[in-house]
Amino acid sequence: MSGKGDTSMASNAGRPKKPRVAVFKFASCDGCQLSLLDCEDELLSVASAIEIAYFPEASSDMREGPYDVSLVEGSITTPHDVERIQFVRQQSAVVVTIGACATAGGIQSLRNWGNHEEFLKCVYASPEYISSLATSTPISAHIPVDFELRGCPINRHQLLEVIIALAAGRKPRIPNHSVCLDCKIRGTVCVEVAQGIPCLGPVTHSGCGAICPDFNRGCYGCFGPVMQANCDGLVDHYQSVGHTSEVLLPLLRNFNAAAPQFAAVSDRLSSADARESEGSQHV
Amino acid sequence: MSEERTIRVEALSRVEGEGGLYVRMAGRVIEDVKLTIYEPPRFFEAFLRGRSLEDVPDITARICGICPVAYQMSAVHALEQALNVRVTADIRRLRRLLYCGEWIESHGLHMHLLQAPDFFGAASGIELAEKFPQEIQRGLQLKKLGNDLLEILGGRAIHPINVAVGGFYRAPRIDDLQLLIPKFEWGLQAAIDATRWVAGFPFPDFSRSYEMVSLLHPDEYPMNEGVVASTAGQRIPVEDYEKEFAEHHVAHSTALHSLRTSNDACYHVGPLARVNLNRDRLSESARKVADEIRFAIPCLNPFKAIIARGLELVHAFEEGLEILKSLKILKPARMSYAYQDGEGCAATEAPRGLIYHRYQVDSKGKVGLAKIVPPTSQNQRQIEEDLREWLPRILTDDDAHTADECERLIRSYDPCISCSTHFLKLTVDRHS
Repeated sequence: MSGKGDTSMASNAGRPKKPRVAVFKFASCDGCQLSLLDCEDELLSVASAIEIAYFPEASSDMREGPYDVSLVEGSITTPHDVERIQFVRQQSAVVVTIGACATAGGIQSLRNWGNHEEFLKCVYASPEYISSLATSTPISAHIPVDFELRGCPINRHQLLEVIIALAAGRKPRIPNHSVCLDCKIRGTVCVEVAQGIPCLGPVTHSGCGAICPDFNRGCYGCFGPVMQANCDGLVDHYQSVGHTSEVLLPLLRNFNAAAPQFAAVSDRLSSADARESEGSQHV
Repeated sequence: MSEERTIRVEALSRVEGEGGLYVRMAGRVIEDVKLTIYEPPRFFEAFLRGRSLEDVPDITARICGICPVAYQMSAVHALEQALNVRVTADIRRLRRLLYCGEWIESHGLHMHLLQAPDFFGAASGIELAEKFPQEIQRGLQLKKLGNDLLEILGGRAIHPINVAVGGFYRAPRIDDLQLLIPKFEWGLQAAIDATRWVAGFPFPDFSRSYEMVSLLHPDEYPMNEGVVASTAGQRIPVEDYEKEFAEHHVAHSTALHSLRTSNDACYHVGPLARVNLNRDRLSESARKVADEIRFAIPCLNPFKAIIARGLELVHAFEEGLEILKSLKILKPARMSYAYQDGEGCAATEAPRGLIYHRYQVDSKGKVGLAKIVPPTSQNQRQIEEDLREWLPRILTDDDAHTADECERLIRSYDPCISCSTHFLKLTVDRHS
């Protein structure tokens, strides 16, 4: 872990020095950092327990590093940001990435499968004004990351837990089971079993509270793949009961499209499609 | 000899998303003002092509974490027009209720944590809480009630999951919503008090001649539908929006600039535009507060947008309460529809102003074309024009002070830079 000066969080435990916290934004919608301001009941007490040293969305008092904890939102999509994230790492004892953009590349990683030049032309009349990379990559592809908080958006209670844990010098307690288990815990009737709706709950990381099945729809994977997700097995099952790649591919290519487990199975589906269409041309 | 001077604000604060400001001056003559928007482009309109139309409300929500409902509402209305679907009056009412939740959350945030600190030299809402602990706590609790409503009706506050083309994925549980009634009764009174509080702030004496644009509806305060109305007297059907307003790509911004097509002039969208064009359709309590604080229309002082947000906050609580008190079981929760080739457009009122979407869809339910015009790309040129007038009044030799004063004006628009990229740093360049 890189870092300068007296920035070890653990060594601060029990000491009165407030941890210096920074919030950095890369390509994103601002929703994850907004989650901190959405802690309406806790915001003022959290703000008194930490030093909010750099949080441009909330404060014009932007102090220089080094920082004890940097919360990083967003993905890397421009040549400038490739360099800026190195600066963030150098200035931070602990880097916590927050949200699907920072941990997996976000919805904007759909460009990784598209034609970047064509995308530029589709949105901008003068593409030469725009400086942007052909890929959207997670922060961990560029620098070592100390903790990743998933979600599109993140769960604000989990964010509070991370801040409190790091300030206390302990590991954050973030459950890492699947959304599927959360449905069982809340007693939600399975939308896949009961209604045949394809649902990513069995392979998706817990954190949202399993809201989609409770709202009569399948999970679309906001929190990304759970550890040891058997994505191939789930997709095989869905295909065996008649769901086509036309439905399954976009389900996987969503807000965590570039998360390795989701990307691998969506690539498998799309190359199978390609083989099939090639085969049918030969007939 | 006149002096060369460049003022740069590298990173604007207390705005959503990232941008800056560049000002170039020769002596006291302002040569150039640019709101520089370097928020990286995310290409939503490109990757929506080929997606199922049902994915559109979930994906476009991710354009903005502060106003996802605005994107969802605009998307479903445009798509329903393309599919020739008419939703029931009950679905329509619950959509208004959801939008009330977003207005409450977003206005509560901007009034208390983003704009109010500017009137007292505070760096943040958190710092302002030392001077006004009760007012900031009240603001946070107001904001929270918006989020509570979004969670019950939408599944969660940021990127709600219950908005579907045709209605809702699941009818809300009436018992859960009714729990909000006593809280909203407190909220209505607290919103009135908050509006009285902001109305007493020390406002700069600064008025502009604006063309203001917002939706206008004959018998309700505009949220989800209406004609596009201008303070210059025009009434434009939403279908003709692109004939009257066009986006331009400029080198200093990843956000497009939207201008009037007739004369390339800029225009002003947002809560001031809405109140100026729709004052008599504000709720009764909001009108009473407006009278009490002597809020005269047209109000052309951009800093007073915070009062307009207050009036809309009161309105959103009062209308929200009325809907909450008259809930019926929603059936059907969602209208059925068949895929067809078609095109549809819609304009709704995001907390920070008019938002326009247009989609083409095909007979397989796939999106062929998506066009999205967010509020901030419409206000961007207007903000630059305002700064040209504002700068000579606040300009001192102290570049940091000048930059602060410029930021105050920019912030009064509640710019959402994340939204507008398809959006800020101040740079002042002074030379002779």
